[in-house]
Amino acid sequence: MSRRAKLIQAIWIYAAVTVLLVVTLAPLYWLFIMSVTAAPDLTTRPLHWIPPHWDFSRYVRLLSNATADVDNSVSAEFLATLRNSIIAAGGATLVAMVTAIPGAYAVSRYPGRMPILYGMIGTYMMPPVTYVLPLYIAFAVMGFLNNVGSLVVVYCTMLLPFTTWLLKSNFDAVPREIEEAARIDGAGTLAIIWNIVLPLAKPALGAAALLAFLSAWDEFFYALIFTSDNRAKTLPVAIADFAAGRITDYGLVSAVGVLAALPPTIFAVLFQRSLVSGLSAGSVKG
Amino acid sequence: MTRAQRRQVEGWALMLPVLSVMAVVTLYPLLRTIWLSFTDAELPVGEAVPQWVGLDNYAYVLTDSDFLDALLRTLHFTLVSVAAELLLGVLVGLLLNQPFKGRALVRSIVILPWALPTIVNGMLWRLSFNPDYGAVNAALTQLHIMDQYRSWLGDPTIVMDLVILADVWKNYAIVALVVLAALQTIPADLYEAMRIDGAGAWSRFWNLTVPGILGPLTVVMVLRLIDCFRVFDIIYVMTRGGPADATKTLSFFVYQESFAFLRAGSGASYAVIVALMSAILIAIYIFLLKRQETLS
Repeated sequence: MSRRAKLIQAIWIYAAVTVLLVVTLAPLYWLFIMSVTAAPDLTTRPLHWIPPHWDFSRYVRLLSNATADVDNSVSAEFLATLRNSIIAAGGATLVAMVTAIPGAYAVSRYPGRMPILYGMIGTYMMPPVTYVLPLYIAFAVMGFLNNVGSLVVVYCTMLLPFTTWLLKSNFDAVPREIEEAARIDGAGTLAIIWNIVLPLAKPALGAAALLAFLSAWDEFFYALIFTSDNRAKTLPVAIADFAAGRITDYGLVSAVGVLAALPPTIFAVLFQRSLVSGLSAGSVKG
Repeated sequence: MTRAQRRQVEGWALMLPVLSVMAVVTLYPLLRTIWLSFTDAELPVGEAVPQWVGLDNYAYVLTDSDFLDALLRTLHFTLVSVAAELLLGVLVGLLLNQPFKGRALVRSIVILPWALPTIVNGMLWRLSFNPDYGAVNAALTQLHIMDQYRSWLGDPTIVMDLVILADVWKNYAIVALVVLAALQTIPADLYEAMRIDGAGAWSRFWNLTVPGILGPLTVVMVLRLIDCFRVFDIIYVMTRGGPADATKTLSFFVYQESFAFLRAGSGASYAVIVALMSAILIAIYIFLLKRQETLS
């Protein structure tokens, strides 16, 4: 390529990168700025793109339950739903990992189990409206509505199939010769999984657990239908309520949004590589 | 027991935990939804014993013009979103594969919207499109593109496309990342070889790049179609199906029938029909997965 053509190409590339960055960052920037702009400055015309008065008090208010001001109920709801989200997502991830590890090993090492895994993936991709009514009725009859434990159970519908699948494709890559040697030495299957397979598949375990946690953290539909107050409501349901007008200060809604978005965005940047390989496991091989 | 039999038993024992959980949380509800769809059940269940009504619900559902409208809206959302995501995803994937300064940082920034929780994304756009104080109105008037504020999400003719915009902004990144991963598997010397043979940029793109990304792109396209077809969360936060039902998609429709109008029986038959339509896409996806499994 001539020097001129190279220069023109470089200009195009940097121009496109600039557009990409502006389009990506502007809404994120605005979410953060809304959360630190004093309430009166958010309703002015023309709107200020850099806050005339920085106001970090909303974060303080949200995170400290003690302050007995008017918005105390918002803080209480934020902290309660944050706790419920952590328990629901963490519990479901734990159940998913404990049951998916032996299951994925069986699909990987014993022939003829793949159709079951395909069946699981198929059910996982069904719209949740397919399952929600009977689950709702069953929980209502057993008195388990508005219960974080019920969310843990229901989130297994989403987490189990893809963690099993993700782990299965990683277990496939663990060489069998080491296992055979251990078996001759008299090790049982569970001991082999625990001592040989899991240590070798450690990065995949992390990626699977992380993806599981994030999709449960993001879940909205079941939580909306199965929970009703601070005892079990999750953060996304609280945010949907706040955004629908329960809070008139947009800055406060935004602050809740920023806090809810922090864990997944930090994880995504830190573990970009394993997340991408996990997500594209089905679409890109190797 | 022979050794082979013992091995079989062991294989099933290892799968027992995962299969029992799946049976309770998906198989049972699936069968029960099908059963409910043939009854006149209402919520809360227990006040009256549901009566078997045969195909009555289906006869009603399949002639319901509101349901057909919801299907058309869902197709609008799905097809436009996925087309936009594929186009943007391929362009951004190609861009991120070019050498430029700060590429690693830009790649990290591109996945930020994807990492944002769906509800936070919907909330962000809902506030931005606010008719009185929203950032979109402010930005467009300050740039003199519009001379006065307007109601964005209140306009039934454009509201669906605005929800699509918000959804594409968040979700195109996964397509871009898949394209990027596929591009990195195409050996660079193949490009060099074609260049030496005198092939132009277009020819290299069509004969090398396109075949290299087509497989992964097809898989991610089907995944996105499945995901968009069941859209609910972002619509709930941004518009709640309004204004004038302009964003009432299938999942929202079924949700309302069951949990706002409390008609569990007909709600279930709507759900079964939506599930059957999804099953077509899911079958295509599993076919693609299976083919990949046998290829590798």
